Amino acid sequence: MGIIRAVNLIFDYIRHDEETDKDEVSHALRGVNLDIEEGSFVAILGHNGSGKSTFAKLMNGILLPSDGTVYISDMKTSDEEHLWDVRKTAGMVFQNPDNQIIGNVVEEDVGFGPENMGVPTDEIWKRVDRSLEAVGMTAYRLQSPNKLSGGQKQRVAIAGVMAMKPQCIVLDEPTAMLDPNGRKEVIKTVHELNKQEGITVLLITHYMEEVIDADRVVVMDAGHVVMDGTPREVFSRVKELKRYSLDVPQVTELADELKAAGMEIPCGILTIDELVAALEPLLKRKEA
Amino acid sequence: MLRDITLGQYYPVDSVLHRMDPRTKLFGTLVYIVTLFIADSVWAYGLAALFLAAAIRLSRVPVKFMVRGLKSIVILLLISVSFNLFLTPGTPIFKIGFLQMTWEGLEFAAFMAVRLIFLVLGSTILTLTTTPNQLTDGLEKSLGFMGKIGVPVHEVSMMMSIALRFIPILIEETDKIMKAQMARGADFESGNLIQRAKAMVPLLVPLFISAFRRATDLAMAMEARCYRGGEGRTKMKPLRYEKRDRITYLVYAGYFLLFLAAKAAA
Repeated sequence: MGIIRAVNLIFDYIRHDEETDKDEVSHALRGVNLDIEEGSFVAILGHNGSGKSTFAKLMNGILLPSDGTVYISDMKTSDEEHLWDVRKTAGMVFQNPDNQIIGNVVEEDVGFGPENMGVPTDEIWKRVDRSLEAVGMTAYRLQSPNKLSGGQKQRVAIAGVMAMKPQCIVLDEPTAMLDPNGRKEVIKTVHELNKQEGITVLLITHYMEEVIDADRVVVMDAGHVVMDGTPREVFSRVKELKRYSLDVPQVTELADELKAAGMEIPCGILTIDELVAALEPLLKRKEA
Repeated sequence: MLRDITLGQYYPVDSVLHRMDPRTKLFGTLVYIVTLFIADSVWAYGLAALFLAAAIRLSRVPVKFMVRGLKSIVILLLISVSFNLFLTPGTPIFKIGFLQMTWEGLEFAAFMAVRLIFLVLGSTILTLTTTPNQLTDGLEKSLGFMGKIGVPVHEVSMMMSIALRFIPILIEETDKIMKAQMARGADFESGNLIQRAKAMVPLLVPLFISAFRRATDLAMAMEARCYRGGEGRTKMKPLRYEKRDRITYLVYAGYFLLFLAAKAAA
């Protein structure tokens, strides 16, 4: 059994209309079942309105399910008594880098989580040192967060979560507001944490390029899980992905088109190198 | 660049006063203000001047910066001095129409001016040597006892430090909105006061909406990081009194006693 388990998860947003005195209900999640293994890197893909962000917020009790249950290492998120343990276990990084940094100095912000948990002062310093090092932001520890770039701010936010020593990190579109360089920076950091510290990562995004190296890709659409598998399995179904208004990486699409045109190329090509490797023998055969 | 603005007027050098615990400095300023208000003789003012000069010297902040703080009170100073000069009854020096300058008025005005200047200089030393964050920390800790009677001390200081963090962000945002509105023909610069105030509306509305949005986001991020008020919270940088703070408190006591002696002698 995995560290994160969602069972028949349903979530409805209810908006009350003052004029008609009626409640307007929109279904964000309609029965999601998911089991995420400890130490894995799972990416959740989905178009706007697919329910992926709602799903993220349900993971550490910011939202509570309308029906169904979320278990974080066998604790129910809806149990009041476990709420803080759930939040300690599943850290969360949000989309807007500015709106999640609380401290006026980088190191103070990283210390905010442990301070809230009542960690003794010496231990806070140790955790802050370690977390800043893990995300490569030690050089900036005394700076004001306002002077950092977007990617750097997100890394500080990740360090802030790391300092709480969570078993898994949920990242809700952490790169949506960043430039391409900042995006790479953040994704690289997340991968390193997953490999070196063994932290379970749940990355929510709509950028295909970011999920290629994940262990598992889950595609959501209209509140359902519609595809689930390794990146290779998921990306070999190009047509299906397009139906959910998702793009595939350019190389994958090109490979798919070539295959449709009759070339002998394997399914689910993910990187340029793979495509080159697949094309090379074909070209050589032609020359010969 | 707007990103680089410093809040308050902290002057970053390394001095004994900069390293001192903010509570010690707050208490010192308080003692100093009290003595200024009960001072009534040349001796007492002399002692206060000496104390101030020593503090300025120890802070290693250039006097230029200290004096800059006085600019804001020039008008207030002029008004109070002239009122005291002309409206104090006593032995007249000279008379112009119904205005009469008296010896008592002169003395009173001089004391008044000195008192005001010392007051501003004294509190400027505090803000020049203490970052806004240290100041909030110091206030939180020294007003902690008020928490027992239901004053939300921790919450207020948390609010203050969050405000400090977001002021530069909101200033930048104001600038952005302003440019966007100007690009669409908004005019913030011409017209009379009322027209200008009206022109601010399309600036303030989006600014407020975005500030509320940020607040919701921030609250969510804080909760996700286990924030639940001041209870059970530990500090990464707890305030600790050190030897220099204890010595300073002794200096305060010495100053206060000397001051009372000077007052009694006069």
